[in-house]
Amino acid sequence: MNSVIKGASYVLAHTPQMVVYNGTTQTTERVVNPESEYLKELESHLRSYEECVNYWPNQVYIGNAHPDELAEVEFPYYDKVKEGAERFGKYGEIMPENEFLLLVQTCDMFEVVKLDKEFVAATKEAFVSNPIITEAIAARVEEGVELSEIEHLVNEEHAEGLYIAGKLVGCVKRAHDIDVNLSAHVMHENMMSKATSVLALLYAVRNTGIDAGDIEYVIDCAEEACGDMNQRGGGNFAKAAAEVAGLMNATGSDSRGFCAGPSHALIEAAALVKSGAYKCVAVTAGGCTAKLGMNGKDHVKKGLPILEDCLAGFCVIIAENDGVSPEINLDILGRHTVGTGSAPQNVIGSLVADPLARVGLKITDIDKYSPEMQNPDITKPAGAGDVPLANYKMIAALAVKKGDLEKKDMPGFAAKHGLTGWAPTQGHIPSGVPYIGFAVEDIKAGKIKNAMIVGKGSLFLGRMTNLFDGVSFVIQANTGAEDNSGVSEEEVKGLIAKAMKDFAETLMAAE
Amino acid sequence: MDLENQKRVKDFADEFGAENLVVLVGAAEGEAAGLAAETVTAGDPTFAGPLTGVELGLTVYHVCEPELKEEFDEAVYDEQVGMMEMVLDVDDIVSEMSSIREQFCKYL
Repeated sequence: MNSVIKGASYVLAHTPQMVVYNGTTQTTERVVNPESEYLKELESHLRSYEECVNYWPNQVYIGNAHPDELAEVEFPYYDKVKEGAERFGKYGEIMPENEFLLLVQTCDMFEVVKLDKEFVAATKEAFVSNPIITEAIAARVEEGVELSEIEHLVNEEHAEGLYIAGKLVGCVKRAHDIDVNLSAHVMHENMMSKATSVLALLYAVRNTGIDAGDIEYVIDCAEEACGDMNQRGGGNFAKAAAEVAGLMNATGSDSRGFCAGPSHALIEAAALVKSGAYKCVAVTAGGCTAKLGMNGKDHVKKGLPILEDCLAGFCVIIAENDGVSPEINLDILGRHTVGTGSAPQNVIGSLVADPLARVGLKITDIDKYSPEMQNPDITKPAGAGDVPLANYKMIAALAVKKGDLEKKDMPGFAAKHGLTGWAPTQGHIPSGVPYIGFAVEDIKAGKIKNAMIVGKGSLFLGRMTNLFDGVSFVIQANTGAEDNSGVSEEEVKGLIAKAMKDFAETLMAAE
Repeated sequence: MDLENQKRVKDFADEFGAENLVVLVGAAEGEAAGLAAETVTAGDPTFAGPLTGVELGLTVYHVCEPELKEEFDEAVYDEQVGMMEMVLDVDDIVSEMSSIREQFCKYL
């Protein structure tokens, strides 16, 4: 039987200080143009925590509003307030930066994260009173050190500073004196990814109502790499995050594929469960500090706030068929192969039209498509347009070329089969997966019958190949008790009984 | 434009001569196409890459512009670009690209 999606979680950590100190647009600018107007203006464009919570796309991300509601909001979104916005949502939360730094410290197993004593004392109560924070995690909060020690580590020992409102409150130390793979910069990036992944795992367990001990395998599909100089990218974020999240019966591994990583990982998870290798698999990913403020120059130039001020994480739980939850149909998998080519119509053909055609379906047979779900509020001012809409236009154009859609119906395709983008531009995060939580609910409620998740990745950024990549899969309503795994135990028993009876008859006839 | 790509464009210009180079852009938006075109003609407008302050003035076109389209085999063009041509705002792209070429191209 097909494996099912038990549920999903989506979390944000509002980290405006990391925009300033760790986003690569800003760190690059400080190297090449340290006196730039952009750097001078940057901080006045940072959003407060309240502004970040009130932001429509963020409320959609954590599940407090449906993407269909966002589609009704007048564009742009940055100057609108979502009435009734809350920190906590049905899929996760938006954690403020001070509490997030404590979460990061509790995720640290090698004493590389040091926080100021006074800062810890002022923040600890808020952190441990968050219902998602387990007793085991709360018990890992350290008392902290003197600020002078942190200043020494930052000024003399190459540690990466951790800041709140411009004030140094902690640091991430290097984990090795000369190994660049364990430098403070890399450790900082990896710790933030791990911590957001832990938060996503915690919410996924809560949202699905499973026991933390039920998860047997974790796949991390973020875009970071952990390891040392002898195995850069050796891993394993998955098991490291599972440890903090208290998944005591889980092992795991990291799967990578740039922005397509989550879709690859979900197909792998669905196959692992369907094969019987594991009963319950969590696919998780944390956020990426490098991408904070990635389009900041354009946002500042156009008088917008810095909208890329959150680290994001998500987790999807895949389990054995329960007869209720929506299924991942492994018979309909799109894949961009080595031979596919890079022309957009080949890409969309291989990911959307070809897998559907193989099972006799048309492009219009899929109710909702979830390709790259980037929030257009972020991408449009940066000249990259409305990315989800561009995808829907391409799918519609291909449907016209294939004869699945009349050309006159092209403009209406996006509204009918598409969604308005809401996901933060954190690379792998917007890639297909943000809709899975809603898709599960929409399918269960009978609002839609199926959805296609499309993940695409720009492999050429790693300079190993010029190739593009992508995979896709279809989520469909549960087919009930229908057994599609081949021959059942009862049938096997019947076949054996018949064979024995036939054999006995031939013996009798021989006598 | 990606910093590494800026470096490659600059290297090609040094190796083959700016007058012998044509840059083909495939961006999906007029503004993005215009930014790429500006980078290889007037220099990197974001002041981040190797083309900052370097006025190469290269000849630059978007693949959907009519002058370019007629250079291709019709069947190949339809297979490779046909779908995107239906999707893109070609008029906007042509207007952005023409404006950049008129202002900054040195080899037209």
